[in-house]
Amino acid sequence: MPETTTPPKKFTTKADFHHTARADRYQFHDYYLVDDLLEDHHRMARQAVRDWVKAEVSPIIEDAAMRGKCPTHLFRGLAEVGAFGPSLPVEYGGGGMDEIAYGVIMQELERCDSGLRSMASVQGSLVMYPIFKYASEEVKRKYLPKLGSGEFIGCFGLTEPDAGSDPGSMRTTIVDDGDAYLLNGAKMWITNSPIADLAVVWAKDEEGKVRGMVVDADAPGFSAPEIHGKWSLRASITGELVFENVRVPKGNVFPDIRGLRGPLSCLSKARYGIAWGAIGAALDCYDSALRYGLEREQFGKPIAGFQLQQKKLAEMITEITKAQLLAWRLGTLANRGEATPAQISMAKRNNVHMALEVAREARQIHGGMGITSEYPIMRHLMNLETVLTYEGTHDVHLLITGHDVTGLNAFG
Amino acid sequence: MKLLVCVSKTPETTTKIQLTADGTEIDTAGVQYIMNPYDEWYALVRALELKEAAGGTVTILNVGPADNDSVIRKGLAIGADDAVRIDVSEEKDSLYTARQIAEYAKSEQYDLLFFGKETISYNGSEVGAMVAEFLDLPYVGEASHLEIDGTKATVTRDIEGGEEVIEVQTPLAVSAAKGMAEQRIPNMRGIMMAKRKPLTVVAPVDYPDTTRIAEYEKPEEKGSVKLIDPDNMEELVRLLHEEAKVI
Ligand SMILES: Cc1cc2nc3c(=O)[nH]c(=O)nc-3n(C[C@H](O)[C@H](O)[C@H](O)COP(=O)(O)OP(=O)(O)OC[C@H]3O[C@@H](n4cnc5c(N)ncnc54)[C@H](O)[C@@H]3O)c2cc1C
Ligand SMILES: Cc1cc2nc3c(=O)[nH]c(=O)nc-3n(C[C@H](O)[C@H](O)[C@H](O)COP(=O)(O)OP(=O)(O)OC[C@H]3O[C@@H](n4cnc5c(N)ncnc54)[C@H](O)[C@@H]3O)c2cc1C
Repeated sequence: MPETTTPPKKFTTKADFHHTARADRYQFHDYYLVDDLLEDHHRMARQAVRDWVKAEVSPIIEDAAMRGKCPTHLFRGLAEVGAFGPSLPVEYGGGGMDEIAYGVIMQELERCDSGLRSMASVQGSLVMYPIFKYASEEVKRKYLPKLGSGEFIGCFGLTEPDAGSDPGSMRTTIVDDGDAYLLNGAKMWITNSPIADLAVVWAKDEEGKVRGMVVDADAPGFSAPEIHGKWSLRASITGELVFENVRVPKGNVFPDIRGLRGPLSCLSKARYGIAWGAIGAALDCYDSALRYGLEREQFGKPIAGFQLQQKKLAEMITEITKAQLLAWRLGTLANRGEATPAQISMAKRNNVHMALEVAREARQIHGGMGITSEYPIMRHLMNLETVLTYEGTHDVHLLITGHDVTGLNAFG
Repeated sequence: MKLLVCVSKTPETTTKIQLTADGTEIDTAGVQYIMNPYDEWYALVRALELKEAAGGTVTILNVGPADNDSVIRKGLAIGADDAVRIDVSEEKDSLYTARQIAEYAKSEQYDLLFFGKETISYNGSEVGAMVAEFLDLPYVGEASHLEIDGTKATVTRDIEGGEEVIEVQTPLAVSAAKGMAEQRIPNMRGIMMAKRKPLTVVAPVDYPDTTRIAEYEKPEEKGSVKLIDPDNMEELVRLLHEEAKVI
């Protein structure tokens, strides 16, 4: 079990972090001119996030990750640029954009750091989305605008110490206690939980049905100790959620949704964002490797001039290009409301694995420099190990595709 | 207040400029364009700040082809109210550009006309002054600071070794330099709203093109750096004299 402590509540500031002197030289790569398939506002959204990232995050991200300190002041900036729920309606704190815009925004964030993207994914897709989709109008009005503006930070509690890939085996429960429910149990690996103002929690009711609810972090009996010792997603804060007879007002429980369909619909949203996001991490690794390969000379010429290094670079851009097309197609299906959970699984699994492979190859091209914080590679590499596991593991997504194509369930 | 911001587009700052074979044109294949940073970061943002403080409208204007609409939309996403594009599809010189802007602006009664200090591609620093001349307006170039109080404008210019502070009445034309404002990044809501803001396309007036680009030349490639041991001053002097020919 990883060690835990009581959480830091305070917001950080830019001054809390050491700034890297090295400029972020990232340039986008689009080998198949996939940009032609996008609209002006997609490109503009992507550029806006890239500019914000370069100005506010790139200078501090290495230090944040190195010290395992979450730059919580970035929540406000993420909100201002519009990274929380970009595809939710404006009146509920979203950006009123389409699914492709949401995708390109996640790609730009993860281009910088998977932890940064996680901050946005959780807030937008795992907290705002279920509240938008399932909560009563009153609860929506109460929480969504403040989540959209970054005034409130939310977290999503599904995973438990003994229920990871198999969330149906969760033990957290609610029981009826008059005007409220009493919530008991514990959640594990919860992104943002130690700094959250509220949690969207999934628990079983007295009939054993999974229910969703909004739980205020200042409710008595609620605690969220921080999990330490992560070698991955170090700039993102992760914790537990512990509920000891927490009173949850009945109005905070989502009225109409029962069963795992609720949390899984949120996960589909977030996984969709990851399918795009992972390409960002891959692009950053490729971009850095290409530049390094052309600048670094050994045996009297740039190392990118050697066949072995060209094989790596050529395969990287090939795989990135395939992933870009997969994501774009998934985006057009999602815009029509037709992307199936199984299609999303395929893209999440393929693109994250692709990014991890690209990061590994890029790590080698950078030689010894590749393991240092002078370059983003090792950080991406370590981050992507989490991305491979959370939001459905690499194996679980394969089983989903297997189930989808054969009709036979190989899970249990 | 009625504010006009004239915006130019320029190649993205990391673009490696290539020339066509005869050297008379820039090869635009694969070149990404952005709004000229002086126009976007300083002129436009200061105009928006003035509007936010005192009310009014901010219009952006570009002389150029339909391809420029994406650059114009960015200005709308950052916060301008509407936009005008004077539809010119061939590359023209500064005087032609200024004439078009002046023709459009003359009947619009703007309180302030903003320009960038220069385009970062052609570095002319001409258009703003030419427009002011055509419209018979006062012009302050390379302003690092601008305050408006009623019809009085106080404009600061960085000059060699200090600052110059100028008081002048509106209407007025001004070109913006670094310091006048801070870059704003458009947010998603602004980007979506920009799609619905009016972008009017108007035809240019007839005006002769007075100049012709005869040729572009790229600077010579930088040679490799020679490192000389600090103890070997004689060698340094010899190289500066014989090879670099600077002493
Ligand atoms: C940094 C981080 C942040 C996270 N944030 C959140 C969050 O915000 N909210 C949240 O609810 N959860 C979060 N998670 C939890 C994450 O979703 C789980 O870790 C994930 O679902 C896997 O669960 P597990 O770790 O219990 O692994 P397990 O389910 O125990 O899996 C272990 C291994 O067994 C394999 N396996 C499991 N079942 C099968 C099977 N049927 N067939 C074949 N192989 C199988 C898996 O593929 C995996 O390789 C986070 C995790 C991390 C690391
Ligand atoms: C079809 C076409 C393509 C062109 N392509 C380019 C190009 O790729 N890059 C480029 O730099 N120039 C381009 N121009 C020319 C450019 O737009 C100017 O018209 C002219 O070159 C002035 O350049 P300058 O350096 O003298 O401007 P400056 O005098 O340095 O510009 C000062 C300020 O004047 C304003 N301004 C300048 N040009 C315009 C304009 N066109 N519309 C509105 N306001 C303007 C801006 O506020 C700018 O900051 C193009 C023109 C046309 C018609």
